[in-house]
Amino acid sequence: MTAILKFWSSLRLTVVTLAMAMGLVFIGTLAQVKIGLYQAQIDYFQSLFVWWGPSGSNWKIPVWPGGYLLGLVLLINLLAAHASRFKFSKKKIGIFVIHAGLIILFLGQFATERLSVESNMVISEGASKNYSENGRKSELAIIETTDSKEDVVTSVPEAWFGNNRELNRAELPFIIKVQMFAPNAEPAAKGSNLVFTPLPPATKMNDRNIPAAEVEVVDRKGKSLAKFETSNWLSEDKLLSMVKEKLGERLSPSVFQRSEFKVDGRSFELAMRPVRYYKPYVVQLLNFSHDRYAGTDIPKNYSSRIRLINSQTREDREVLIYMNNPLRYGGETYYQASFLPGDTGTIFQVVKNPGWLTPYLACIMVSAGLLIQFLTHLIQFIKKRRTA
Amino acid sequence: MKQPLTGWQRWLPWGIVGLAALWVVAALKPPTDPSPFRIREFAELPVLLNGRVQPLDSVARNSLLILRSKQSLALEDGKQMDATEWMLEMMTHPDLADQRKVFRIDNLEVKGLLKLAEEEKNFSFNQIKDGWEELEKQNRRIQELEAEVRTPYERGLVKINSAIGLYFRIKNSIRPENSGDFAAEIGLYRDKIAAGLVALQKSQAGEDHDENDLQMIVQFFRRYEMLSKTGYPLVVPPVDLSHKREDWRTVGASLMESMRGGQIQPAVEYYAAMTTAYTKNDPGAFNSALGEYQAWLAKSGYTPEIKKGHNESFFNHYQPFIKSMTLYVLAFLLACAYWFKWSPWLARTAFLLVGLSLVIHTSGLIFRMVLEGRPPVTNLYSSAIFVGWGAVLLSFVLERIYKDGIGSVTAGAVGFTTLVVAHNLSLDGDTMTMLQAVLDTNFWLATHVVAVTLGYASTFLAGFLAIVYIVRGLLTRSLTPETAKSLSRMVYGIVCFATLFSFVGTVLGGIWADQSWGRFWGWDPKENGALMIVLWTAAMLHARWGGIVRERGLMVMCIFGNIVTSFSWFGVNMLSIGLHSYGFMDEAFKWLMVFDVTQLIILAMGLVPIKYWRSFAKPDSGSSPNGKLSGTKTPVTPGKLTAAA
Repeated sequence: MTAILKFWSSLRLTVVTLAMAMGLVFIGTLAQVKIGLYQAQIDYFQSLFVWWGPSGSNWKIPVWPGGYLLGLVLLINLLAAHASRFKFSKKKIGIFVIHAGLIILFLGQFATERLSVESNMVISEGASKNYSENGRKSELAIIETTDSKEDVVTSVPEAWFGNNRELNRAELPFIIKVQMFAPNAEPAAKGSNLVFTPLPPATKMNDRNIPAAEVEVVDRKGKSLAKFETSNWLSEDKLLSMVKEKLGERLSPSVFQRSEFKVDGRSFELAMRPVRYYKPYVVQLLNFSHDRYAGTDIPKNYSSRIRLINSQTREDREVLIYMNNPLRYGGETYYQASFLPGDTGTIFQVVKNPGWLTPYLACIMVSAGLLIQFLTHLIQFIKKRRTA
Repeated sequence: MKQPLTGWQRWLPWGIVGLAALWVVAALKPPTDPSPFRIREFAELPVLLNGRVQPLDSVARNSLLILRSKQSLALEDGKQMDATEWMLEMMTHPDLADQRKVFRIDNLEVKGLLKLAEEEKNFSFNQIKDGWEELEKQNRRIQELEAEVRTPYERGLVKINSAIGLYFRIKNSIRPENSGDFAAEIGLYRDKIAAGLVALQKSQAGEDHDENDLQMIVQFFRRYEMLSKTGYPLVVPPVDLSHKREDWRTVGASLMESMRGGQIQPAVEYYAAMTTAYTKNDPGAFNSALGEYQAWLAKSGYTPEIKKGHNESFFNHYQPFIKSMTLYVLAFLLACAYWFKWSPWLARTAFLLVGLSLVIHTSGLIFRMVLEGRPPVTNLYSSAIFVGWGAVLLSFVLERIYKDGIGSVTAGAVGFTTLVVAHNLSLDGDTMTMLQAVLDTNFWLATHVVAVTLGYASTFLAGFLAIVYIVRGLLTRSLTPETAKSLSRMVYGIVCFATLFSFVGTVLGGIWADQSWGRFWGWDPKENGALMIVLWTAAMLHARWGGIVRERGLMVMCIFGNIVTSFSWFGVNMLSIGLHSYGFMDEAFKWLMVFDVTQLIILAMGLVPIKYWRSFAKPDSGSSPNGKLSGTKTPVTPGKLTAAA
């Protein structure tokens, strides 16, 4: 037992793990050149092991501990060391504060990785939005438009398509049968029809998967009502204009119509689109401005003046969001991220991160701890020199 | 420095440092004009380029830097031509300027393509103009390739092609290069605007009009439209200051606007008068037009711009970092000499020289901060200046405490090296460029960037101290147990300092990222580089506390720290991905590799078994490495270091 505790609490383990962590960060950084930042993050830092296998073969072996494993070992090491070796004393208060701060930082970052949600809100000047969209995940939305005042949305996440072929929900008067689903696809013309051909998953830095599905709507008696080709290629403005540019001439205009149908006097619409997060408030973009330094193209500032309207709290106010000055509201934070071509609208990054305060706390604790510790050393050193 | 200084040894160090100070002060005196033309004052005139107001002097110097990697022009007779004088010649005597060897070409294949002599380095426009068409043809193909996959030949070709572009723009900044008497030309233009516009309107309406007036205005329009595209610095300030202060124009753009009101901007008239007078070799007219323009600027509320022009051109002339570089080398040599010949006055002189150099280095740093209105580090260039400054300051303090020459040696070495790095980074041109929107925040630049940069400075300093330990210990007998012990103490202290600043700097960077795009940590290459330093310094401290490494082991780890830091500082910028990237710098990459290889060699030296270390062999064992050895069991003489707690 003592041997095990000794192992887990040893400084040797700390040093080896820290050195391995540095090696991991190094190879993980180099890997970004090939597989992109997002994938490298998953493979190297958010994993227990880094796997390697010769390209083309199916087997893989772990070659280096991953970020989660090293983080876990360091955490156990730290706790074990405090449990066995350290005795609290005035002299060591700095070390205790540093280590406590590090634990908060570790756990906070782990929580952030698991719990935070990042999305975008794209608004043209003058327009309003009450939802943000996930840039990486998509959903099949079934929108009931019967009531002209309010839409009712039922959404099916992308992941559901992995092992299901039939959507049968009690609240819907029909069944949706999935004929084909591709997590990543590209559009092609087949005669004057639009079809989607599956592609391997995207790996490059700025590439993303664009899913497509072929679905059939069947009423409760089994009669086929409609068939649709649905994809983000058709629902996102930017992608749609790419499709039109590439294939527009060959396709019949009906391809670009909305996927609408009626059942029992109720109207519905289908769309494969980025996952939406609806808010209990509305954001209206009043004005977007983009300043450049005189005589250059170097951006000087981006800023968006918005109007925030929350009918529940009866709030109605203007807010200016600009670089390094986000809006924190309703548990989410709005950052000035980008803008639409021709400065006609803004793109906010919307982040929901319950753990956002932990790094601030951790930073203060560790900095204070380091200062206390090193200053005590320095004072001792100076005293010694004085007496010597 | 245990022995007291006696007699001449007491005043000699001060004498040497006094002379050095005198050299610096003497160089502060503004240079005199080489001819009756008041070129110095012309050089101070404010213009707008790269989004900021700067003197013509900066435009000229940075252009020469881009063209030929020097701030002045070497003439055939061995004399130096001042940058502004060269630029004036470009604008007034283009035929003369075309004979000056201002294009530096290093790539042999590019020289071959242009049929140039291989053994020469600098060429005139006349020498390369025959191959220019071919150059453009090749360039079009290369422009389609991504920067990363270009060969050295292709990069060299792109470089000379864009240099020619810059050369043309400078020649055609104030007036079209074929204009003989520009003042007379714009006089004619002013007189013809009204009639020309009438003719134009009539012709558009299909009515009778004077064909001569029409042709004249159309020709002027084409001519000035061209000039508005070529003009390099924006030299014409807005007349109405209440509107937008930074709304400057090129001469061409301003002349085109004149078509609307018929008024020609005073600045255009003055510049026309100055260039015409210079062309006609009439100093009186040149100086009076210059004086009138200066007065007009002051009267129109451009006092801050005039001051900026004056101060920046003084700073350009002062060249504090070049001066510090010289003094650091001197200090380094003297401190090294002290180790071979233990004359205390050598160490004293080195110490004082480091002090003087630090003062000049600091003054340059502060001068830049005031000129930019920014914290010290805003780009890679200024980070090199600041890393050097931080490391020298720490070394100076160490030398003050230990007085054994080690602090002066490292101050000299790190100070010189970082300033050489900075100098090479400055060859891209303007070092005070404006900051992208997300970086435009003095708060984070002053906290995060400064802390991280001080982290770099201290890990490098620890690494250089370790080099001193290994080189002296292995190759000389000069590393006494006391010196070894004090070196080890210094390194330990500096590593603590490095841990503090790297950690705080890295986390502050995360908080900045959280503030600006909502992600505390995104595994961006630059963030990872900083994290690697934090992890490595933490590993060093824990290894020492646990007794896993002792004195020598700590030194070896510090050498590896140099490699980690150089990767974090420069290496990640060469991965050409991520938000922090500065683009690929192949020349820099080569030097980074050279640096890392030298560090690996020193690291290997540090791992040589202790019995071969000359300093740790018994004094009477002579030169034979196989003589009786001391302490083969204990790796390093001063014994085990106790754990910190």
